[in-house]
Amino acid sequence: MKKSEVPQDESKLEKANIREMCYAVDENGEYTTELSTGWDPKTIALDNAIKQIEERVAAAKRKVAQNESSPLEYYMELNKMDLPILASYVGIWKWRVKRHFKPSVFKKLSQKTLEKYAAVFDITVDELQTIKE
Amino acid sequence: MQIDFKHNQSAHCENGVVSNLMKHNGFEVSEPMVFGIGSGLLFSYLPFIKVDHAPVFTYRVLPGLIFNRFAKRVGVKVKREKFKNPKVAQERLDENLKKNNPVGLQVGVYNLIYFPDEYRFHFNAHNMVVYGKDKDTYLISDPVMEHTTTLTTKQLEKVRFAKGAFAPKGHIYYPVAFPEKLQLEKAIVKGIKHTCRDMTAPVPIVGVKAMKWVANNIRKWPKKLGAKHTNHYLGQIVRMQEEIGTGGGGFRYIYAAFLQEAGKLLNNDELLVLSKQMTEIGDQWRDFAVDASRIYKNRSAENDGYNKIADQLDNIAKREELFFKTLKKAV
Repeated sequence: MKKSEVPQDESKLEKANIREMCYAVDENGEYTTELSTGWDPKTIALDNAIKQIEERVAAAKRKVAQNESSPLEYYMELNKMDLPILASYVGIWKWRVKRHFKPSVFKKLSQKTLEKYAAVFDITVDELQTIKE
Repeated sequence: MQIDFKHNQSAHCENGVVSNLMKHNGFEVSEPMVFGIGSGLLFSYLPFIKVDHAPVFTYRVLPGLIFNRFAKRVGVKVKREKFKNPKVAQERLDENLKKNNPVGLQVGVYNLIYFPDEYRFHFNAHNMVVYGKDKDTYLISDPVMEHTTTLTTKQLEKVRFAKGAFAPKGHIYYPVAFPEKLQLEKAIVKGIKHTCRDMTAPVPIVGVKAMKWVANNIRKWPKKLGAKHTNHYLGQIVRMQEEIGTGGGGFRYIYAAFLQEAGKLLNNDELLVLSKQMTEIGDQWRDFAVDASRIYKNRSAENDGYNKIADQLDNIAKREELFFKTLKKAV
């Protein structure tokens, strides 16, 4: 890549005032660095990944509304987590966390366990038990 | 307290921390030099491990390896510590700052507040330097940022004790002993040989063999998984290749910069020629990213597009195979 060809496309990074460093060659063929505001192919990739997360959050929300899952699954998706990550944050075995996704099991959780989950998601126990519309 | 520490932006966080810590201790070592001597370049495909609901593709070695290999090869001793207790972790950090010693930290990205939301994933192998403290605020030199930044005690504890894969556990590291004079020549040769060995290894999950495997899978995914999943996987490949920290072209440009610097240092003209070739390979990776992104942008399900980028990947694999066999003989 030539220094003059380092892409300067619009991106989320640019909006946060971040420019990333790329390596490129100058007109004499010497390696140098150049800051880039973004590049469309990766912006598209990132947008797609985020859209996928949004879809997962919406699907989890639907499941909770239909009483097929507990709010834990919804908050897990909302925090871009998966089961292993949530389990390690809360310090509970994966199979137990998975069991807590069952609405009937979730309802019987102790206050202490609920507080643990709420702390991980940085919300109150009340918020954990309901999902905002 | 504030240590007189010079922040230099780099493409990749681990190289940048090492390069900045070395410079702080009076040794001028560039980011590409750290990356090359530390044998950072790789390609690896781990279909049985899923991150963000897609297999793992990586263009670099595991976190921490670059610094370890670099240190061993140039004769620098590194002290590393991990902690169970966040309070002890903070005390140890503060002690070092009091002793005027800037330290490298491994942290998670998800709670790094100065990153845009869209970039905050549960990725735990980010690196930064802490170079001072002002009451409740730590002074941070994050190598991927243009300027230095800050985090409060609470914010720093959160990123130091992020959970999940590669959990940092408060990990701090810093060099403790240096050689009298930095001898790069031998280290460069060792670093190059190691990378050549990795890239041409006779195992399916690393090097050119892994690229060929991915190319084969790209041809099969649309039928097996459907367009949606395939496109998500392609997006993952492009992100791993081009996201912050790679310097562009899946680290291939940084490696080309290293070969150029090494060629001059060793008076080896062949390395200069190979540097140019590596730049071209980096360009081919960029073309691959452009064409892959076209597919998932249009959400076209035609198999032709998938076969085309699989061919591209096969070509890159062939070219890198030849490249690393030549490079091995050049040093």
